[in-house]
Amino acid sequence: MNSILLALAAIGRPVLGLCRTAGRVTLFGLAGLSHLVRPPFHPRMFLRALVEMAYFSLPVVALTAIFTGMVLALQSYTGFARFSAQGAVASVVVLSVTRELGPVLAGLMVAGRVGSAMAAEIGTMRVTDQIDALATLSTDPMKYLVAPRLLAGILALPMLVVVADILGVLGGFLVSTTSLGFNPAAYLHSTFSYLETIDVVSGLVKSAVFGFLIALMGCYNGYATRGGAEGVGAATTAAVVSASILILAFDYVLTGLFFSQ
Amino acid sequence: MSGAVPKVRIRGLAKSFGEKKVLESVDLDIMAGTSLVVIGGSGTGKSVLIKCVLGLIEPDAGTIEIAGENVLALSGRARRAMYARIGMLFQNGALFDSLPVWENVAFGLIARHRVRRAEARARAGEILGQVGLEPDVGALFPHELSGGMQKRVALARAIAATPEILFFDEPTTGLDPIMGAVIDGLIVDCVKRLGSTAIAITHDMASARRIGDRAAMLHGGRIVWDGPAGSLFDSGNPYVEQFTHGSREGPIRMELRG
Repeated sequence: MNSILLALAAIGRPVLGLCRTAGRVTLFGLAGLSHLVRPPFHPRMFLRALVEMAYFSLPVVALTAIFTGMVLALQSYTGFARFSAQGAVASVVVLSVTRELGPVLAGLMVAGRVGSAMAAEIGTMRVTDQIDALATLSTDPMKYLVAPRLLAGILALPMLVVVADILGVLGGFLVSTTSLGFNPAAYLHSTFSYLETIDVVSGLVKSAVFGFLIALMGCYNGYATRGGAEGVGAATTAAVVSASILILAFDYVLTGLFFSQ
Repeated sequence: MSGAVPKVRIRGLAKSFGEKKVLESVDLDIMAGTSLVVIGGSGTGKSVLIKCVLGLIEPDAGTIEIAGENVLALSGRARRAMYARIGMLFQNGALFDSLPVWENVAFGLIARHRVRRAEARARAGEILGQVGLEPDVGALFPHELSGGMQKRVALARAIAATPEILFFDEPTTGLDPIMGAVIDGLIVDCVKRLGSTAIAITHDMASARRIGDRAAMLHGGRIVWDGPAGSLFDSGNPYVEQFTHGSREGPIRMELRG
């Protein structure tokens, strides 16, 4: 009996810990969002975060998107050749990129590049008393550090995903027309005839949610940092891992909401 | 003691972290215009005390009044208004890495007092001059400065908005004795010029005597001695005697485990 209770306790502890953390993250996110509509605002911090998240992430997102489009065209061509369905390559590329791969891969790339940097910066500010210093200078750290980053995340990811969508389709187009023998005009016609507004819009909505999640996990883990350099390292890892898992989980949920019959 | 209201009044302040009682029942009065130095060994709760007064840590029990107002009851806008009356020099400076020196110094002017950036930059240059730094230091970033210069910039930031109360957390930690004396001299000059009330915590005895009018010793979560800073070395209190003389023999037992 005692061993059963011990086993249940061993299962229950991490579950309760997960619930506690989920509650804390939710309250933290709501508090951050509430500062978006309550002055004073910090437009400089918002612009700085937007440039860091959108502009400086462009190269990595662009490279990821173009190679993904190229690989997708190659794979679907060789796969569909077994069913003599090579004509579907263009539509597979455009639907995969706009609905799934653009938002998810851009989200994962930005989580690695920006989410980690947010956690490291805010975590360092926490362990060096800079966050306390903000408070003593009559500045709410949530309003100054968190709210601008959340807004930047919501806006930056859709911008990046528009670029990723275009470059992903371009990658597929280049491979298909230069290596696989597709006619350029026919490929483009096939691409756009199968593409619907909901395909692009669902990707952009997903990316806005992913951007929020990346900023939220970066800020939360940075804000909750304890200890010194080791704590900052742990916060950085936690920010990237948690944001990546949440992106994949929310991708499933949002896909279900948009496309379930 | 006269019937004047103390600038800072602390009663029954207690704070524990888990099982560890850091502050048990701290009582302190700091009169307007005086400089109080709180001394005590490492880990005795000096920083916790100052952070409780600043509202950065919520105490478990007790009251803290600043100019007769209970700061623990303040929230939001009222707390930010209270912060507008204080300046704080953190132990490691706590300068904002991502901002140039002038913006660090002018941060409170811009955030609290809505001073325009151009004017705030000019005023930051003047304040840097008051702590012995050239105005062109303002264009540098904190990581480009030496430890002594960072402390001066942190002091400049603390005094920028001419606060009524100044807090100093270990102002000379990490500095050589000469630079420590220079920083202490600047602190005394600034406090006198502004007419502020000052509360400093330190375990540097030379610094304590230079900065303080009064001194109090924190040990075991309580104030065990309170008197003129000039009498620190002949206080007659066994705790203070052991601490000031750095003796291993006496009532203070160092905890080797946290």
